[in-house]
Amino acid sequence: MSAAAPHTAAADPLRPGMAWLAHAVLWLGIAVTAFPLYIAFVASTLTPSDVAQAPMPALPGPHGLDTYRTILLQGLQGTYLSPPVWQMMWNSLLMALIITAGKIVLSLLSAYAIVFFQFPGRMVAFWLIFLTLMLPVEVRIMPTYEVVSDLGLINTMTGLTLPLIASATGTLLFRQFFLTIPDELVEAARIDGAGPLRFFKDVVLPLSATNIAALSVILFIYGWNQYLWPLLITTDNRLDTIVVGITKMIGTGDATTDWPQVMGTTLLAVLPPALVVVLMRRWFVKGLVDSEK
Amino acid sequence: MQRRVVFPHKLLPWLLLAPQLAVTLVFFYWPGGQALYMSVLQQDAFGTSVQFVGLENFRAVFADEGYVAAFWRTLYFSAAVTLLAMVPALLLAVMADRIVRGATAYTTAMLIPYAIAPAVAGVLWLFMFNPSIGVLAWWLKALGVDWNPTLDGSDAMWLVILASAWKQVAYNFLFFLAGLQSIPKSLLEAAAIDGARPMRRFWTIIFPLLSPTTFFLLVVGLVYAFFDTFGVISAVTQGGPAAATETLVYKVYKDGVHNLDLGGSAAQSVVLMVMVVALTILQFRFVERRVHYG
Repeated sequence: MSAAAPHTAAADPLRPGMAWLAHAVLWLGIAVTAFPLYIAFVASTLTPSDVAQAPMPALPGPHGLDTYRTILLQGLQGTYLSPPVWQMMWNSLLMALIITAGKIVLSLLSAYAIVFFQFPGRMVAFWLIFLTLMLPVEVRIMPTYEVVSDLGLINTMTGLTLPLIASATGTLLFRQFFLTIPDELVEAARIDGAGPLRFFKDVVLPLSATNIAALSVILFIYGWNQYLWPLLITTDNRLDTIVVGITKMIGTGDATTDWPQVMGTTLLAVLPPALVVVLMRRWFVKGLVDSEK
Repeated sequence: MQRRVVFPHKLLPWLLLAPQLAVTLVFFYWPGGQALYMSVLQQDAFGTSVQFVGLENFRAVFADEGYVAAFWRTLYFSAAVTLLAMVPALLLAVMADRIVRGATAYTTAMLIPYAIAPAVAGVLWLFMFNPSIGVLAWWLKALGVDWNPTLDGSDAMWLVILASAWKQVAYNFLFFLAGLQSIPKSLLEAAAIDGARPMRRFWTIIFPLLSPTTFFLLVVGLVYAFFDTFGVISAVTQGGPAAATETLVYKVYKDGVHNLDLGGSAAQSVVLMVMVVALTILQFRFVERRVHYG
């Protein structure tokens, strides 16, 4: 930069003097992000009567361990007799893992079929899968419920997960990726006498590892956070997922709600998916960006 | 679309497709078809006879003042959520793009709300704004604001809007930041040398180049506000008080599950499907344009 522009050279993203503003705004953003979680944490360490006096104390109290021990091992003892929270977390984990694994397997197989084979009906199959993007469960609540109920799957883990494991997004994502695998690899495999299943196992799967990891992170969060479907399909408390359990704990009146326990459960519901985002940040970002292409 | 070299098998691909197609047919197309079918039928009050009524259910849905109100309410809600989730996200992304040190830590912290279920986000905000014990409700009262989302419809509406937008900022932030980082720095330096101040650079270079991202996030945001906020509303207000926060998706749920109005609920489902189709087409038309920008 020449001496003719000393003024603008200093007035830039390159201008360090403005960095404090950027940091200040970002800290404000983080404060707004974290505030509800902080309040929940503080509430979970207090007694119900501490919380009931408005405004409640701003700093954590000494009852945190009691709260978490009670909810994890015994559950909430109010109008809604919840199962122990560890059991609800287990249900959520199982549901999230089955949905993740199911979606990955189903979409890998169908994308492989659509990309690596030429057969009559290929495009029909592709469009049948693609169009399901336009049928989110929210718009077909009642009929889907009827189908699951006719199949006798109400109050089962199968009913909870099976309807959610078809994935147009996953199929599209893997299809996109498979199209970039060089033809030479397929030719070499065929010359070596490797059949399609062998090629899938030894070439395609290892090459897809990154995409599988990225998509799994997104799908785990999706599965853990399911709400409407479990709310409909499970009436048996023992199958309650933690997200559904929390809303049942609140009930209707706030007079009887044990807020420390509810807020403790809320944090336990946030913890696993939040940890996944923090610890697997790179996969998470890749998965989010890829799955919107 | 198609590879040059493929395997010659004819049966194997169908076997590979079978699980996905089976789940899709049983849990998507069959109920989707049922919704279409039920939307043109009407059951009598005792559930004993069913008759074909053509578009009568749709006429009834659109003639229902409650439905029309829910429609406009949903638009208002979605516009507010989308806007409130996008503007702060853009500001934060611009700031994060300016700093070099610590950007990763900021980004990670900012992404966490994405991991939180809508219903759980709703519970967090419900607690802060609970009229009798909520911390923020207490501050509002201290400032002289008469706040009670359990009685006042517009208070309740703002509560669900804020909780829904709070959760979506993370997503928009991530995409805005990616968009900003793909803008060539040389372009901005050139403008800076020509004497363009930061604000001017933003409005004449950055903002136009971000427009594909912005449009994309607008569509995604609307889809989120339409469908994924069910959990927030269900946890915070259950559509109340007096239907003040009842969006179209919540109404389908309520009419179908609680009021057992199957024909009406099915007709509402079909209307929603048409909306998703429109939004999806919008999104895909746009994706083609985005490729063009690189």
